[in-house]
Amino acid sequence: MSNKDTVGKTIRVALALCIVCSVLVSAAAVILKPAQEANVQEDRQRNILAAAGLLEAGVPVSEQFANITARAVDLDSGAFIEDVDADIFDQLAAAKDPAQSGRLDSETDTAKIGRRENVGLVYIVGDANEPETVIIPVRGAGLWGQMYGFLALESDIETIAGIGFYEHKETPGLGGEVDNPRWKSLWPGKSAFRGDEVAIEVIKGSVDRESPTAAYKVDGLSGATLTTRGVSNLVQFWLGDDGYGPFLSSLKAGEA
Amino acid sequence: MSELKKTLTDPIFNNNPIGLQILGICSALAVTSSLSVSLVMCIALTSVVAFSNLFISLIRSTIPNNIRIIVQMIIIASLVIVVDQVLKAVAYEISKQLSVFVGLIITNCIVMGRAEAFAMKNPPFESFVDGLGNGLGYSVVLLTVGFIRELFGAGTLFGIEVLPLVTEGGWYNPNGLLLLPPSAFFIIGLLIWALRAWKTEQVEEPEFKLAAHQVAREGA
Repeated sequence: MSNKDTVGKTIRVALALCIVCSVLVSAAAVILKPAQEANVQEDRQRNILAAAGLLEAGVPVSEQFANITARAVDLDSGAFIEDVDADIFDQLAAAKDPAQSGRLDSETDTAKIGRRENVGLVYIVGDANEPETVIIPVRGAGLWGQMYGFLALESDIETIAGIGFYEHKETPGLGGEVDNPRWKSLWPGKSAFRGDEVAIEVIKGSVDRESPTAAYKVDGLSGATLTTRGVSNLVQFWLGDDGYGPFLSSLKAGEA
Repeated sequence: MSELKKTLTDPIFNNNPIGLQILGICSALAVTSSLSVSLVMCIALTSVVAFSNLFISLIRSTIPNNIRIIVQMIIIASLVIVVDQVLKAVAYEISKQLSVFVGLIITNCIVMGRAEAFAMKNPPFESFVDGLGNGLGYSVVLLTVGFIRELFGAGTLFGIEVLPLVTEGGWYNPNGLLLLPPSAFFIIGLLIWALRAWKTEQVEEPEFKLAAHQVAREGA
């Protein structure tokens, strides 16, 4: 057996191995890419449907998503924007791009997101002029990291239809209970606005059902004060003037 | 043949990579809060160990000695990337939960350990079987831990309700600690204790013995 430890042999083996492995890895990445992209897309659609409370088991997600239209909205003016393709627009990437977003000062940044994008997406169920449900993406800081989810409003643009988070880092069993279906079921039917003001809040403890403001309050998660506060803040931020507030009020007035 | 069978079954209880060699603990803590995630992790790790052993063994006589660790790493890393890509394509939900831990198989000591200790010295088929055996040994521990954590932490198995929770109107008050990573330490510790009580030859020799009390002996 010839000496396999010479410099020439070492370089030849290293090169050959690198070429073989890189071909293998890139082939796998290229071949599997369409399936992965379809999964990411389906996952996003599933989250949107779940937030709106429309998700049905057993029916393909793409079919259920058929009567939902994604639209791009100028968050400052609240008007629809036609020259942005809402199907491929990446809102979270835009929030990181200085050209497409603005820094929030600590006063307005109640959800602690740092930067807010200029253009946001909305998902409209049914006819765009008379939507059955309007779904907006929401995000904000919880205890351990950013929480990402969707909030759905009924056709009166006031009653909450559902909420759901698809990504968060909260403690399992405590803050992680934001995923609990029983907690999420407390949201539908609550009122988001009192007059023009955002009124919905998540309180510490349970809501007194007799109280006149019970329709604006949701029970907090026990043992998860900071997560609860985070959810409350982020919902208020995205429904408020710095979030989708302008869009929602023009939609309500029938002007969007 | 019996030698081959021993290669396959020995790592399950007699020479368990987690139980006896205490390797691969990191991922065993991180991914065992649900059984289905643990199962996918086991399949991913077992296929990586088996195939990395196979490929390393195939080229073991051409690998230059001075770069052998890097060569092993390249083969392992390529396999892990392929497994990660496949998971993202076919089991997206679970791959999201496994997140970085599939990538971290690269640094899992079991994979490197078997490549260096077995595949560099043995023929391909035996190496492949050794990889399978060690993957199974890892899987036995992971699935046991995952079973205990999911059943008593969340009242479910594979996501199906077994013990109805108090919060869902049932009777079982879940143990939240079991959903946090430290609980896996306790369970693995207890498993190792149980394993060594059963197979006493795995108990290590004490590193030193206490000397008898001198003064007492002189006084007697």
